[in-house]
Amino acid sequence: MTFGVSNTTVRQGDVTALDGVTVTLKPGEVTAVVGADGAGKTTLLRVLAGLVHADSGSVATPGAERIGYLPSGVGSWKDLTVAENVAFVGAAYGLTGADLADRADPILEQAGLAHVTDRLARQLSGGMRTKLGVSLALLHSPGLLILDEPTTGVDPVSRVEVWRMISEAVANGATAVMTTTYMDEAERAASVVLLGEGRVLLSGSADDLIAAMPGAVGVVDAPTDPTLSWRVGPVFHEWFPDGRPESVDPFAADLEDACIVADLSARDATVGHGR
Amino acid sequence: MKGLALQAESLTRCFKDNVAVDNVSFDVAFGEVVGLLGANGAGKTTTIRMLVGLLEPSSGHAMLLGAPPSRESQRRLGYVPQGLGLYGDLTVSENLRFTAHAYGIETRVLTGPLLESSNRLVRDISLGLQRQLAFTSAVQHVPDALILDEPTSGVGPLAAARLWDQIRHEAEREVGVLVTTHSMQEARQCDRLVLLSEGSVVGRGMESDIVAGLTAIEVTADMWSDAFSALTTTGAIVTLDGRSVRVIDQSRETVERTLHDACVAATIKILPATIDERMASLARAAATG
Repeated sequence: MTFGVSNTTVRQGDVTALDGVTVTLKPGEVTAVVGADGAGKTTLLRVLAGLVHADSGSVATPGAERIGYLPSGVGSWKDLTVAENVAFVGAAYGLTGADLADRADPILEQAGLAHVTDRLARQLSGGMRTKLGVSLALLHSPGLLILDEPTTGVDPVSRVEVWRMISEAVANGATAVMTTTYMDEAERAASVVLLGEGRVLLSGSADDLIAAMPGAVGVVDAPTDPTLSWRVGPVFHEWFPDGRPESVDPFAADLEDACIVADLSARDATVGHGR
Repeated sequence: MKGLALQAESLTRCFKDNVAVDNVSFDVAFGEVVGLLGANGAGKTTTIRMLVGLLEPSSGHAMLLGAPPSRESQRRLGYVPQGLGLYGDLTVSENLRFTAHAYGIETRVLTGPLLESSNRLVRDISLGLQRQLAFTSAVQHVPDALILDEPTSGVGPLAAARLWDQIRHEAEREVGVLVTTHSMQEARQCDRLVLLSEGSVVGRGMESDIVAGLTAIEVTADMWSDAFSALTTTGAIVTLDGRSVRVIDQSRETVERTLHDACVAATIKILPATIDERMASLARAAATG
């Protein structure tokens, strides 16, 4: 069964947070949602989690009791211990006693939290607290795992572990969707959705998005158009909407380039520059 | 400008019997962007606290603009912490005025999106704009050295690119820039990298120097989940990469034997590891002694 949203629009006051968005999530896959602040990433996840009502369009999910949701931030109760957090969330899903332990123990073990179950969540390091949040979201073996920026600001070692926890859930058949601001992480997802101002600017595998990029990106020492160029270390990357000039060498663009180009061309269309 | 913006010389700091920073040496020249990498607890923050004069070294020397940190050299430093150090209840322009007054300088003239939001409260603007403001505020007094803690964390790709344009602009103005980061995207923006682990420098140079020959084994199988489940039993670091599986810290022989025993047909490729994978591998080695 595939989950997702179809032609979904969400209005919040005067703002159209999502504007005719269609995203299909496949079982056994991680979908990464990327985009600028205010692009609609969190709203999309909250619609999928059933926390925000869509004004139009349809939403397909396995139902609230089969969804695991980690909001951005922490996703655990700071003044409860790790064990109390687990018991509290477990109880919400009807998991208690031996059933809860059977499920929770291996998850906490894998998350490296088995030795700190008596510690208050607020006393955990940022990386450990994130792993607790993911553990809680996984507790009831959800069919759909929804994670809002689970790795932002998390150190690389914890990030590898969080990614491994997500991988394991997906290996066991779950569908996962996560927002991220790390492009290398998005490249590791089976599919990527780039949102911009409430619309889907790009969606597909990272390779597809790079291949479908309009025009070409090249490496230049001095850009010809500052609005269409950006720095990468000491050099510039420049987008040539009409194709690569002969003076510029061929270059293998990455997902970050493809996302920047999509943002630039969407902006261009909004401003109404003739091209 | 001659000399070095920042210099750590055999820098060491102990807290009780714990050595947080152990004989760390590196420098940042004027006009250069250096990335200081490391997991949590690697010693990045302690190193920076010594460089800016907030913490005395137990031994070694911390030099800010050519001398031990002083009130005078601290005034020529710009610093953007992870928490940004902005006042949420003040507007964008009030925040800038406030720091300008503290330095006794004229407020910088706002441009672009910050100008459009100049009368909005900082807590109401997006994180991307907040990062932009924190940076603008830190360079208002035209510093000669800049320390930025994960300057583009949590920001979308285009906004991050625009912020890097400005950081590079400062470097071109001959400012020495030290960036602490755990993001590979940010690491790629730097001229040079220094990798800390357990308080010591364990790598320096470009991305390939940091990875230091560590390889990842990429396993591609029809059913990646079978390969994943089998390989996690070997105790290696196993992660998903698209529809393939990447394995660190395990021999090719063990990977092949494990897949064979689990009846998983797969193709195997040996690839250079990423900086993240190198850090994860280091952290594991440290944890297991």
